[in-house]
Amino acid sequence: MVGQALRDPRRELTVFRNRLTVAGVLALVAFGLLVSRFVWLQVVQREYYHTLAEANRISVVPVVPNRGIILDRKGQVLAANYSAYTLEITPSKVGNVEKAIDDLATVIEVAPRDRRRFKRLQEESKNFESLPIRTRLTEEEVARFAVNRWRFPGFEIKARLFRSYPHGEVASHAIGYIGRINEADVRRIETAGLTTNYKGTDHIGKLGIEGAYEKELHGTTGSEQVEIDAGGRAIRALSRSEPQSGNNLLVTLDIELQKVAEEAFQDYRGALVALDPSTGDVLALVSKPGFDPNLFVDGIDPVNWDALNNSPDKPLNNRALRGQYPPGSTIKPFMALAALHYGKRTPEYAISDPGHWMLPGVSRPFRDWKPGGHGMVNLHRSIVVSCDTYYYGLANDLGVDAIHRFMTPLGFGSRTGIDIDGELPGLQPSTDWKWQRFKQKWYAGDTISVGIGQGYWLSTPLQLATAVATLANGGNAVHPRLVRGVQDARTQEIRELPIRARESLSIKPEHLELVRAAMIDVTKPGGTATRVGQGAPYLVAGKTGTAQVVGMKAGEKYDEKKVKERHRDHALFIAYAPADNPKVALAILVENGGHGGSTAGPIAREVFDFAILGKRPERKQKLGEEDGPND
Amino acid sequence: MISRLFEILARRIDGPLMVALVLTVSLGLTVVYSASGGGSLDRVMGQGRNLAVALAALWIVANIPPQALMRLAVPAYVGGLVLLVGVALFGEVRNGARRWLNLGFTTIQPSEIMKIAVPLMLAWYFQRHEEGLKLRDYALAAILLALPVGLIVRQPDLGTALLIFASGFFVIFLAGLSWKIIVSLGVTGLALLPVLWGMLHDYQRRRVLTLIDPMEDPLGAGYHIIQSTIAIGSGGVLGKGWLNGTQAQLDFVPERSTDFILAVYGEEFGLAGNLVLILLYALIVARGLMIAANASTTFARLTAGAISLTFFTYAFVNMGMVSGILPVVGVPLPLMSYGGTALLSMLVGFGVLMSISTHKQLVSS
Repeated sequence: MVGQALRDPRRELTVFRNRLTVAGVLALVAFGLLVSRFVWLQVVQREYYHTLAEANRISVVPVVPNRGIILDRKGQVLAANYSAYTLEITPSKVGNVEKAIDDLATVIEVAPRDRRRFKRLQEESKNFESLPIRTRLTEEEVARFAVNRWRFPGFEIKARLFRSYPHGEVASHAIGYIGRINEADVRRIETAGLTTNYKGTDHIGKLGIEGAYEKELHGTTGSEQVEIDAGGRAIRALSRSEPQSGNNLLVTLDIELQKVAEEAFQDYRGALVALDPSTGDVLALVSKPGFDPNLFVDGIDPVNWDALNNSPDKPLNNRALRGQYPPGSTIKPFMALAALHYGKRTPEYAISDPGHWMLPGVSRPFRDWKPGGHGMVNLHRSIVVSCDTYYYGLANDLGVDAIHRFMTPLGFGSRTGIDIDGELPGLQPSTDWKWQRFKQKWYAGDTISVGIGQGYWLSTPLQLATAVATLANGGNAVHPRLVRGVQDARTQEIRELPIRARESLSIKPEHLELVRAAMIDVTKPGGTATRVGQGAPYLVAGKTGTAQVVGMKAGEKYDEKKVKERHRDHALFIAYAPADNPKVALAILVENGGHGGSTAGPIAREVFDFAILGKRPERKQKLGEEDGPND
Repeated sequence: MISRLFEILARRIDGPLMVALVLTVSLGLTVVYSASGGGSLDRVMGQGRNLAVALAALWIVANIPPQALMRLAVPAYVGGLVLLVGVALFGEVRNGARRWLNLGFTTIQPSEIMKIAVPLMLAWYFQRHEEGLKLRDYALAAILLALPVGLIVRQPDLGTALLIFASGFFVIFLAGLSWKIIVSLGVTGLALLPVLWGMLHDYQRRRVLTLIDPMEDPLGAGYHIIQSTIAIGSGGVLGKGWLNGTQAQLDFVPERSTDFILAVYGEEFGLAGNLVLILLYALIVARGLMIAANASTTFARLTAGAISLTFFTYAFVNMGMVSGILPVVGVPLPLMSYGGTALLSMLVGFGVLMSISTHKQLVSS
């Protein structure tokens, strides 16, 4: 200690205490900083953080409504829902999906079809979506999976409502189907501002009534507020707003009549539209071949899809609305009306038919379907025997624009406005149309083919049915419809949909009477559809037709037996019955059916027998086998 | 007889400090109960056992006179340093950091020992050199501090290293290091920040960046801060009530019974609860500083001051990080967070304070 500077304890203590004070003050400031931070968070910003905390814990889960069901006019179910288990995979939660499915196949059956369908869904959707690998699991399969479920992370059993179409292919084009929502649907839903209502929904109506009445059928999505933890597990329900089921649809179809009609086609392709002529209600709407809408519900697998899409028979094409065919001789009754309307023919006026007709200045003859002709033919007989020569001359006298003017109000050349989508307008030619379409002048020769429903004239079976309904109901245009009422899901009240106003076309009753009388004789002995009326306890008014598929050279003889099946003529028939009090008006097209009387006629008869008498057909022979008059 | 027993138990206990400590620890237990989901007493019982051990240690240390503690300083420091070197050479790696040493019968984290040993060592050093401190003495003290801090930084355990550095720095500061040097060191430190930034590990940088903008990575590094801030903010003035914090009870707050327990507390007890806690902490720090001011030897003064200020630092760093004004470093909330080790080293520190507070009359007489 000697020699060391003397300590000054008091000074040292003062320094220490000063330092301590500084540190204490700094600590106080720091705590003050924390206090102000807490005041900021818990007083000033409290609302903001409260909102965030609530958003953290409350999750709104959509509750999907039950889709409305579809009932036919007699109350038969055409589309219904049933509850079943599906096994779904969220690909993003599974490492190797292929391998996981292989493992799954050792527990429950996984068909190649299921794998294909899953693959297709996977390509179309995002990875975090839950996609079905198996649908309609049995209770036993559910139990077997449940025991093994620890082996399958990312797999989940879900109870879901499925759409089912109990009648399968029957009326598939009219009913349509639902399918999984794809990107195009999402865009449509967004544009319509319905995104909220479709939360949680993964199916949507795609075609037919299911597509067109999606708004009625879907219902209103409810929601459930659930408290969740950080892991997303639901802890408890906080509140719930019930979904509102979609409305039921009452459709105009009679599914039993539809079945009779479809069976009557046997193996032929074609279309049939049967209407109630007084209202336009569609009683049957056939497009053959059909498809099974049930295939689309869980997502169609690629094999079935390719089969439907690439078949030369085009089963997905709704021929009744989208098939545009030359109407052939079925338009002769309407041509006759035009002749009377414009005063170009009197009922008494008759021609002597040599079997062909010459356009002045043209050397090529227009041939009648019957070589040698029909002899003396007046207006009545021109319809009964379907004389082409009569209409060649008539068309020439009327001119194409008068024909266009007369046919347009009957619905030719424009959409009928049926209440499902996809309808095509057909084509009612005119000089204007040809100029706009081809920049070509209309030739007199063009008109002559139009006079017998060939040439440029194209109609859909639906248009023909609508037009014949006008003949049946005394000259009123009708608008076909498939849905007649909507049943409110909650009140069960039925809201009838109004029938679209019928317009009375200015057809004179006496003109109509002449044509209708001739059409009745078509189905009597001597007419082109004798067999249709044979032995029927009611009167049938009809008209046969044939539409050429392959153009014939002048003078070439059409021999049905020699022509390849696909190049055979289409057979057409329009009719209504009972002729004195029409209940059903219909149009039938049988692709490559040959001629209308023997192929399409018997189909009409079976439909009428069932619709009017409730009589089911006893099928004796194949369509078209009986020999009859040719057109 | 009972009063005699009480006399033995309470003789070396500083009354005001003990009351504040017990209040804070009790508050901690109720929050641990809530943070463990409520309905289960497992964690509370566990923490109760930790508390019993730590209180026993406090009592023992409080009964050791400061002179004896002073003699323990060098062995504790040297022993700790050896263990730290051991960690660097043979330590176990967990979560990417080499912090643990397996002694065969138990696994220890030697940096915990240093939390007490460093301030004791430096205080011992300044006591030895109390006759006229020169710059050289401060430099040597700085080296004594730098050795363990450097070893811990390398583990890496930046949070602990910073806290141990703070405890040592407080000793040097209280010992009277001139302001000139403090300021120039501070300026140099600021200038060296970019260099220091370059030495940080990726995850450490991310923590700092996250503090500046937690929303940049809301589900990753920012998640902790975002969720704890939401918990505290949504608590409001009076809180959502005990066991009723949605952020806490539904698992949104991570590490809710340990480092982030303040989020649970702030959510359920609100601003009122936070003010009470800050008040308790302030009382404890204030009492500690009083004990330091009244201590009779340099060693006692420096030790008491450093322990009190280190305690303050723990509280401030944890509350700052949970409320989003400091980067996330692994520092528990003193006396509140679940966990035995931190509680033990904390109460041993308060034992030292109480020893200093209750033995000074003997020394001065």
